[in-house]
Amino acid sequence: MAPVLEARAAVRRFGGAIAVGPVDLAIEEGSTTALIGPSGAGKSTLLRLFNGLLSPGAGEVRFRGASLRDADLPQIRRQIGYVVQGGGLFPHLDAESNVALVARWLRWEPRRVDARIEELASIVRLPRDALRRFPSQLSGGQAQRVSLMRALMLDPAVLLLDEPLGALDPMTRFELQQDLREVFARLRKTVVLVTHDLAEAAFFADRLVLLRAGTIVQQGPAGDLSRAPADEFVASFVRAHRPAL
Amino acid sequence: MIALLLAIVVGSKQFTESVVLGEIATQALQSAGTAASHRRELGGTRVLWEALRAGQIDVYPEYTGTLSQELLPGETDLPAALARLGLRMGPPIGFEDNYAIGMRRDVARRFGVRATSDLSAHPEVRLGFSNEFMLRRDGWPRLRQVYGLPEARGLEHQVAYRALRDGAIDATDVYSTDAEIRAGDLVLLDDDRHAFPRYQAVFVSRADLPDPAARAIDRIRIDQQQMIAMNARALVDHVPEARVAAEFLGAQRAGEDGLLRRIAQRTKEHLVLVAISLAAAILLSIPLGILAFRHPRLGQVVLGLAGVLQTIPSLALLVFMIPLLGIGAGPAIVALFLYSLLPIIRGTQTGLASIAPELRESAHALGLPAAAVLARVELPLASRAIVSGIKTAAVIDVGTATLGALIGAGGYGQPILSGIRLADTRLILEGAIPAALLALLAQALFDLLERLVVPRGLRL
Repeated sequence: MAPVLEARAAVRRFGGAIAVGPVDLAIEEGSTTALIGPSGAGKSTLLRLFNGLLSPGAGEVRFRGASLRDADLPQIRRQIGYVVQGGGLFPHLDAESNVALVARWLRWEPRRVDARIEELASIVRLPRDALRRFPSQLSGGQAQRVSLMRALMLDPAVLLLDEPLGALDPMTRFELQQDLREVFARLRKTVVLVTHDLAEAAFFADRLVLLRAGTIVQQGPAGDLSRAPADEFVASFVRAHRPAL
Repeated sequence: MIALLLAIVVGSKQFTESVVLGEIATQALQSAGTAASHRRELGGTRVLWEALRAGQIDVYPEYTGTLSQELLPGETDLPAALARLGLRMGPPIGFEDNYAIGMRRDVARRFGVRATSDLSAHPEVRLGFSNEFMLRRDGWPRLRQVYGLPEARGLEHQVAYRALRDGAIDATDVYSTDAEIRAGDLVLLDDDRHAFPRYQAVFVSRADLPDPAARAIDRIRIDQQQMIAMNARALVDHVPEARVAAEFLGAQRAGEDGLLRRIAQRTKEHLVLVAISLAAAILLSIPLGILAFRHPRLGQVVLGLAGVLQTIPSLALLVFMIPLLGIGAGPAIVALFLYSLLPIIRGTQTGLASIAPELRESAHALGLPAAAVLARVELPLASRAIVSGIKTAAVIDVGTATLGALIGAGGYGQPILSGIRLADTRLILEGAIPAALLALLAQALFDLLERLVVPRGLRL
């Protein structure tokens, strides 16, 4: 079977400089992949190539075997949930309307919308009264849960998460890490997440993809990176994440 | 409505005598059974002339000197020249508004001066003339040449009158029908060597004026003393021109409109100007603002053009409209519309440009097509900037619309213009106070609109 998402010799430049690529990466159905690496390594850029927010200048990106180049992007994006760094909740809509935005635009029955929101709120453990609040009235953890609900609303096959726990305090972060892993396991989604934290990547993902200056340096299970680093850069990246305690 | 369309439209220039004559013509037409309306204080000579030629007005009072010197230079046979343009000139009304030399009665007696030629024998008479008179070819240069006069000083017109009254100068230039002649007890020196061109008052009309209307206009006769008296009545006694005219025609008009009715009528006119121009500007500017945001290069051009429009002085823009669209509410609305574009386009463009990139990205990533992203996310997020652009445009509109009165659009500008001309503060306030209140009301209304349009989440 073809991978759900696939980058083939994909290159993305920003004003002449190569940001990503050439990169070959296949994301298999049901897998959880973490893109890791230092700032500026091209993690977020690669993630945006997968849902067509950016298009490759050379090479191609495929969704279920078909190139995104001539695809109906809005239709494909509705099958790929995406949470931007910081959550990206719309400040003019309350949490519930943020989550329901696309479903309502697709003219779902109100009852179906309500039922789906009910279900998602319990999956991500969001308190009921938070749904009525505006993004500026939510705590950081709640906002992340709402963003996740919004990405899951249409029951997409794939979830792309850009630093989903980036700006949270350590306790909230720890709590959300547990919850997120449970959600992934329970929903059996294909997940690609970006993080610069090796421990977090290891906690979530069955495969780590380490990027440096836009290219993949090494990929495989977390243990491989520390046991058999491909080069000195991988070794020093792993060393930099040794537990403090 | 049909009666309005068929009505004879009388125009008048922006000074008291012309307005009084316009009123007299209008009322004379009305008492002859012809529907007539008066577009008062349309502007200067050029504005009236263009309006007549464009068919926006049917008749207005003019002076033969102005026709031969300014409007039809080089033409010796005025009636024939006018006929070639489809226009006609009525018989002389009966008075002249010439340049003349005026002196205080007692001063003239002391020097023993009666005619202008007497001045050459009295070099001690101190001459002080208005700056305009000093410069005009048919003014001081001609007077000096014809009569061989010594030096003279240039002053502002109003200052010259005061100087004459206070005895700082002995003689100055006056118009032969000026109200000040009576107020300051002046005598006019006889132009015994005919230095000044004659400015006989006449009505100029379209040649196709219906017969009864033409007859009613041609019957109007006013002599020099009557005109001076009427100018003084309007300018010095602050009697409205309509009443001055009615008194002259001996037909007291059935009660002038009360203050409240006048204000209500002008409010209606003013609101129509503002509402239509603003609505049209909103409909065009928001799409243009979106375009300017989506295509920055094109946006620079759009904003540049709207900016250029903004720099055209409103008076110039209004006058520029006349040959294109004539006079009245139409051209005023177009001018206001053009003025309203920039704030709304810019508000829309900046509102869209200031949306955080991750929000726009999220909207697209959710799988909304571009049109839905615009409608459900981008425009609501930009709504505050858009509404504030509209608010700015509305307040500018309410203010600028007062200038619409210059080209016959009515509104609060009407009493302001009359008040400035008559130096009547009460009349100025009758326009200025409602205009200020309307500007405040517009502000409040758009604050309310902001509450309705800008989503609650953005106001937290």
